[in-house]
Order: sequence, then C-alpha cells, then structure tokens
Amino acid sequence: MSHDVTERRTESQGNASEASHVRFRATGFNPKANPIAAWGFFVVVIALWQLGSSTGFISELAMPSPVAVTKALWQLIITGDLWRHLGASLQRLVGGWIMGTVAGLLVGFLVGMFSWARSPGVAFVSALFPIPKIALLPLFIIWFGIGEPSKFATIAFGVFFPTVINTFGGVDNVQRNLIRMGQSFDLSMWSVTRKIILPGALPTILSGFRISSSIAIILLIAAEMIGAQYGIGALILAAGNLYQTDQLIAGVVVLSLLGLCVSWLLGRLDRWLLGWR
Amino acid sequence: MRLQIKGICHSYDQVEALRDIDFGIEPGEVVALIGPSGCGKSTLLSIIGGMLTPTKGEVLICDQATPDGCLNPLTYVFQDFALLPWRTVAGNISLVLEDHGLSKTDRDARVAEVLEQTNLWDFRDAYPKQLSGGMKQRVGIARALAVRPAVLLMDEPLSALDAQTRILLLDEFAALFARTGMTAVYVTHNLNEAVRLANRVVALRRRPGTIKEIHTIDIPLAERCDGMPELVAHERALWNLIRDEAIAADKELENVA
Repeated sequence: MSHDVTERRTESQGNASEASHVRFRATGFNPKANPIAAWGFFVVVIALWQLGSSTGFISELAMPSPVAVTKALWQLIITGDLWRHLGASLQRLVGGWIMGTVAGLLVGFLVGMFSWARSPGVAFVSALFPIPKIALLPLFIIWFGIGEPSKFATIAFGVFFPTVINTFGGVDNVQRNLIRMGQSFDLSMWSVTRKIILPGALPTILSGFRISSSIAIILLIAAEMIGAQYGIGALILAAGNLYQTDQLIAGVVVLSLLGLCVSWLLGRLDRWLLGWR
Repeated sequence: MRLQIKGICHSYDQVEALRDIDFGIEPGEVVALIGPSGCGKSTLLSIIGGMLTPTKGEVLICDQATPDGCLNPLTYVFQDFALLPWRTVAGNISLVLEDHGLSKTDRDARVAEVLEQTNLWDFRDAYPKQLSGGMKQRVGIARALAVRPAVLLMDEPLSALDAQTRILLLDEFAALFARTGMTAVYVTHNLNEAVRLANRVVALRRRPGTIKEIHTIDIPLAERCDGMPELVAHERALWNLIRDEAIAADKELENVA
C-alpha cells in the first residue's frame, strides 16, 4: 500500500517537472472604444480622398476634393446661405421631432400601462410602422398644404412610431417588483408612474430617441427635397441639379455634423438623466 | 393591530395554491410561515398584505390600533430588496414617505432616524449598486421602519444573501423584534430563521397549501441565541413536521421538470 503511494507521488513529481502554464483562453469579445483611432480613421480617409483628387484618380466632377468642399462650405457660411438653410431645417427638425416625441411618449405610456390601450395600440403601431413615411408626404400636402405643416407632420409621423415602440417596451421592462413595492407602500398611481415607471423606462426611451432623431433627419431631407425653398435638403437638391457637387457634398457634410451634434446632445442627456447607471 | 385570516383559498387558473387557511396574528407576535416549495407561503403573504385578492375567504383587521405616526400599517420587506437603482439609500427611504403629506423636514427626520437605527447613516448617499446584498436588505428594513408599520410582512428576506450575511442579519432581526415588540409575518424556507424569530410557526402542507400544524415556541425573543438546545429541539420538531411534505414536493417538482 505505502509502496503504491510512494510510486504515485514520484509519478506526480515527474509530471510536475514537465509543467506548463495554463493557457489563457478568455481573450477577445471585449471591444473597447478608442477616440484616437476614431479621429485617426477620419483623418486617413480624408487624406486618401484628397490624395486621390490631387492625383486625378478621383474625378473632380464626380467627387470634389476635400479642399473644394471646404471652400464651398466657407462660401456658404460667409454669404449667410448656410444659416438660412440650416435655420429652416432646424426649425422643421426640432418642431417635428418634439411633436412626434410628445405624442409617441403619451401613446407609448398608455399602451404600456393600460390593458384597454394595449391591444388596439399594438395593432395600430404594427400596421402603420412599416409604411415608409415619406410615401405619406403627398397625402400630408393634400391635408396641410405644400408649406411647413406637411413637413412637420411627415417628421412627427416618422418619429411617433419608434417612440411609441420604445416607450411601451421600456414601460414593459420596468421590474414588476419595483412597481409592487410602490403599491405595497400605498404610493398613488401618479407617484408610481412618475417615480418608478418613468425613470425605469427612461434608458429604453432614450435609446429610442437616437433612432427617432436619425429618422427625423432622413425625413427632413426627403421632405425638403420634395417641396421647400430653404433647408439643407433643398440646398443639396439645387446643387445637384446645377452639378455643383462641391456644394452638394458641403450640404452632406453639414448633415453629418448635424447628426453628430444631435448624437452629442443625446449623449449629454443620457449622462444627465442616467448618471446613476 | 390584530389580524384574522379566515377561510383563505386561492387558485391560479386551474392550480389550487391554498385551501382553508385560518389563523390569527396577535399584536407583538412574530408568525413564521414555513412549508415546502410551492406550498403557497408567498401567496398567503401577498393576500395578507392586500397585494392579491383571494379566491375565497378574507383577511380581517380586528384591532385597528397602529403605532404613532404609522403611514402604512401592512408593510413589506422584499426578498430581492426592491430598491430603485436611480435613487440613493436616503432617496429610497424617502420615496415611501413622499405620498403621505409629511413636510420635507419631517421626512428628513424620519429618514435620519431609521438610517441611524440600521447603521446606514454613512451610506445615505450611496446608490444600491454600490452596496452589498446585506446592506441592500438593511435599506429594505430601514425603508419599512420609516413608515412605522403595524405589521411587517417579510418575504424570505434573507434568502438572497450569503451565509455569513444571513447570520448577521438574522441577529439584527431578532434584536429588532425583541426591542420593538413588532408584529411580523415572516415567510422562510429556513427552519433556523423560523425558530430564532417566531413566537408561532405555521407549517403548511404541499400544494394545495393547507395548515398542517401551528407550532408555538414559548421562549422570549430576547433570550434566544444561535445553537440554543431548546431552539434546536424546536427546529428538529419542525423538520419532522414538514420533512415528508418537502420530499413529496421535491418529487412533484422533478416530475414537472
């Protein structure tokens, strides 16, 4: 018996002399943000773009160089055209987004909280959400005229549906035990809604804002291209019709910057309202 | 406050959860509800707390006397703490005082009082995610005490905690009940908790839950301590009472799975 043990011990010591490290296997699947890489990527793309234009590899007519685009943008700024177009677009964007968001939040909360609103609300949203909203612009023009109201309505309608979906999804995802806790302490329905359901649904609602703001920008440009004198969409369309591709790309750059500003603002809102996370 | 549970029956759709539950809860008494998984302990607690309407029967408040400043006579302490992650410790406690017409000064005073009582003062500005499980449950207790309840309804308050924290909090619960003479209904799987805290233990049979026996423990709470031979004897008696039920319930659960 003791001989066996000694033999086993020797064997195990022999194995130990050939020991190797346990291989680390949990690598990857953990992407991290790198702001330097993000900016670096843009710089490299713009540099390659400029290089392609300077060497004639990229046709100036098809795709103006970054320098030409910058000049066109500067021209738009100093003539005041940019502010006229951007001002008109921002008015439509903010107005339409607020209208759609307020209505969407209201309906989303009703659908999320009340049985009587749930089935009709979900059916209504499911039926109308997939419709490309720009297809309804002619109808809105008939209803509201060619002026501003039809553009506000198109943007509001487009924003409304993702807001409803995210709001009632957010309300649905609020932990039931928190609501029951509020009820068990005899909090009023208004208090439960305001102090438990609204903050609990806020992360989902805010992520819905990112989607709805992108949809709002897309619809804004589409609506302005169909019928507007001023607006970034109108600027881009006019530049395209006149083959002023530098102005066209300048308009696109403004849209991109507008998207970045909206994203930054929503990020700030996120940090302000969801700092507890 | 004295409660009388009369002929409670409850079914979820076709599943009968509770049948003919009758017992009373006297002022200053701690009643533990024990029984195998799925016997309806938490359902019964929800019915007692007015969070669930029984299919049949009623819960009567026979004596309306409540402590001074009581804002919520029947108050829950939750197994999963149910703390709002976006509010601080003080904010979570203050939440349950905000709908009762108290001035901000009164609310702050009550919050400070229960924070002191539960040794949470230093953590008043912390968010729940910064706290351990034991601290979270302390906040749950502080929140419940802030409304000066007549009856505490505790739904397995220690089951989500690790073993060491459970021992520490169990001692704190025992001290709290002994000091305040608070009335409580305490749902637990853990017989050790039941014998440490309860004056009477209601043992339920497996589904549909019916009362098998109401076991009385005549040792003052202040005199009880962990490992006390008399308590060990009570624990053994309770285990003998529900052992077969637990085995049968376990087999039923296996069959369902």
